[in-house]
Amino acid sequence: MRIKLEKRPAPSTFMLIATPIASVLLTMLIGVIVFDAIGIEGERAVIDIFLTPILASYKWQDVAVKAAPLIIIALGLSIGNRAQIWNIGAEGQYVLGALFAAGVGIAAGPTGGPFTLILMILAGIVGGAAWAAIPAFLKTRWDVNEILTSLMLTYVSFQVLGYLVGGPWKDPNGRNFPATAPLPESLTLPILFPGTTVHLGVAIALILPFVFWVLMSKSVFGFQIRVVGSAPHAARHGGFDAKQTIWMALLIGGGMAGLAGALEFTGSLKAINLGFPSGYGFTAIIVAFLGRLNPIGCLIAGFVLAVTYVGGQVAQTTVHIPNSTAGIFQAMMLFFILASDILIRYRVRFIAKKPANSTEAHT
Amino acid sequence: MQTPPRLDLSGITKRFPGVLANDQVSFAVQPGEIHALLGENGAGKSTLVKMIYGIMQPDAGEIAWNGARITIANPKAARKLGIGMVFQHFSLFEAMTVLENIALGMDAKIPARDLEAKIVAVMQQYGLKLEPHRIVSTLSVGERQRIEIVRALLLNPNLLIMDEPTSVLTPQEVEQLFVVLRQLAKEGCSILYISHKLHEIKALCDTATILRGGKLVDTCDPAKETSRSMAEKMIGGSLKDIQRGEGRALGTAKLTVQNLSIPKDGPFGIALKDISFSVKAGEIFGIAGVAGNGQNALLLALSGETPSLKPDAIQIDGSKIAALTAKQRRLAGMASVPEERNGHAAVPDFSLSDNAILTARDRMGMVSGGMVNARSARTYAGEVIAAFSVKATGPGAMADSLSGGNLQKFIMGREIMQKPQVLVVSQPTWGVDAGAAAAIHQALVDLAATGSAIVVISQDLDELLSLCDTLAVINEGNLSKPMPVAGANIEEIGLLMGGVHGDPNAPTHISSEVAHAY
Repeated sequence: MRIKLEKRPAPSTFMLIATPIASVLLTMLIGVIVFDAIGIEGERAVIDIFLTPILASYKWQDVAVKAAPLIIIALGLSIGNRAQIWNIGAEGQYVLGALFAAGVGIAAGPTGGPFTLILMILAGIVGGAAWAAIPAFLKTRWDVNEILTSLMLTYVSFQVLGYLVGGPWKDPNGRNFPATAPLPESLTLPILFPGTTVHLGVAIALILPFVFWVLMSKSVFGFQIRVVGSAPHAARHGGFDAKQTIWMALLIGGGMAGLAGALEFTGSLKAINLGFPSGYGFTAIIVAFLGRLNPIGCLIAGFVLAVTYVGGQVAQTTVHIPNSTAGIFQAMMLFFILASDILIRYRVRFIAKKPANSTEAHT
Repeated sequence: MQTPPRLDLSGITKRFPGVLANDQVSFAVQPGEIHALLGENGAGKSTLVKMIYGIMQPDAGEIAWNGARITIANPKAARKLGIGMVFQHFSLFEAMTVLENIALGMDAKIPARDLEAKIVAVMQQYGLKLEPHRIVSTLSVGERQRIEIVRALLLNPNLLIMDEPTSVLTPQEVEQLFVVLRQLAKEGCSILYISHKLHEIKALCDTATILRGGKLVDTCDPAKETSRSMAEKMIGGSLKDIQRGEGRALGTAKLTVQNLSIPKDGPFGIALKDISFSVKAGEIFGIAGVAGNGQNALLLALSGETPSLKPDAIQIDGSKIAALTAKQRRLAGMASVPEERNGHAAVPDFSLSDNAILTARDRMGMVSGGMVNARSARTYAGEVIAAFSVKATGPGAMADSLSGGNLQKFIMGREIMQKPQVLVVSQPTWGVDAGAAAAIHQALVDLAATGSAIVVISQDLDELLSLCDTLAVINEGNLSKPMPVAGANIEEIGLLMGGVHGDPNAPTHISSEVAHAY
């Protein structure tokens, strides 16, 4: 018997939806097997990572707060990825977004109100976009690979962060700890449900996917992004400017990452320290692909990945596995989703071996 | 005892999801025979030869090689038997050189130096001009095809399959290729020749097998048939001639190109040198030339994909458009169809409806306030499908689900139905069957009759002679003086195509000498 891949007449909608779900299920299954094999209670670990955050209502707010930045960053990245522009530096743009927001907050002083807060968030968008503008400039001017420049700028951003929070922006009352002073109450995002940590950023993360969906599926800009990604020559023929597309894709990706950084800073953390970069910018790459680069898909995938983050912490206390185990599960999901991509455009056919009487020896 | 046929197919059947590509096809090719395989696009010719070349396996039926039943498991096995193939769509790696591409196609490992010597020898023997160290991405369609031909000839084949080999050659080159093919046949090599050019088949082939809708409709002697009778067997109906309106009068100059120069876009690109011509309202202006002489650069310069720095180099009705972008030029009334369908004129994995948005969005009012009106795109795509008899499941069909000819009809229709003031098309009927080609030609004539100026860039001289009012020849980025088609001298056009002032060793303009070489 042979296994053969056959091109489908049209991409399969069923597989488009089924493969991400199957990827999550496969990740759980392999997780159980691997953990059992190394002597850890596999089922318990997988249940804690994937199910406890969903079943235990007191974990919901954690999931929502963690999902928000993932969704927002993934939305921006999925636009770039659709246009075959690979921004790997969302983490750095996220950091710059928070720093720009902090800069505005510090400049405004402790007396700022809602107006300052809005300004801080806008500054966050500008900061992230500005950081992404560097790869955009290098790519459009000298055709420098944006994967490398955006990734390397992430590490530069960590140095900038370290310099600012350890130097000029260090909290004078902070016992010499490298961190900014906590934001005054007036400059933090409003909490949506009193008594929880669910801040306005979560609402933004729930609304933006629909805005992006309209943008991508209904607007000329979304069409442009899709054409450039699918057939760059045809895009040029259709009158779309390749350089403009690169700029837009990177600026939107950076702007969204910057927005996420500003929201995380003003909504959750309220101060920036050396631990501010928590990997959201990288995890959002997985979110974007698990969500099939579709804005609504990113919304769902953002929650799935947030569950694994929260679940990783749960499993840390219950079965004593390191928190970074969640990262292994996330990576496994990305692996499966990329591997199963082929099923959307191709079908697998099992072909019985031909009867042996044909003179196959001849060939 | 009689020699068994070189290749004997019996009852070959191949089914794809949704189509029966070949239905009980049986015919034989004798040693040393030049056998034509005829049929419209989608008739199942490509599927059939893919099975002979081992790329696909038949679902039913038998293949016999020199009398022995065989299974051709893969192309390597086919080559081992001595089956060579020149594809219509080339399988070349664009980032590699000619030499590297040929080396990749060889089953035996040969040192690069020896291979190069062999390639040069084959090219000299058959008069094929090609620089082994050029990168494929910089080569024209015609030059790429030469790589495929050389690649097949290097294997000393017993059966050579040629899929539409002449569509990009000058008359002299075609003649020369025929000399090569006849020579090969005389040496005993069988040739399976797929083409839409029926007069070529009459001139070259001993036998013709005609397919329609996956079924064999006739095996005939082309010498005893007329081009028309064969075409009608292919399409299963009667063929329409181009209908021209009575008493056509040309208007004033609509498209004027003045001293258009574009630098070359790469080390092997072709620069356009001081190109000047003008096309009147209602006129069809043909640009002939061998592939790779600047046709692509000219189309890009006219469509706006390569803007010029001199705004007055291109004018429509006196307004200067050469500095405008492709989008602005469309709004100014200029539409274009590049030669490459997949990935240039159309996005393969987009629906026809989305492909309509690609170039028709502004002129056909599919955009308002930055938003696309999907319904009007679908309607327009549906109108194009209906008006140009595009065989597709509907506006939602993916572009790559259409056969080449049907996609070309859709693309031509998409531009023509926008009623452009000026339409520039390159290779409008390349790889398109006779029925579809006639429809496309008629549509161009009809558009011209409404007062549009049309530029047809083509390597198919017959097409230009039957379609155009005026003709010029492009050679190494220079455009010859335009001449009226009525009373044009084919010999002279052929010489211009080969570049009378060009390389004296160029093989294209020495057809009489070629004969001496053998």
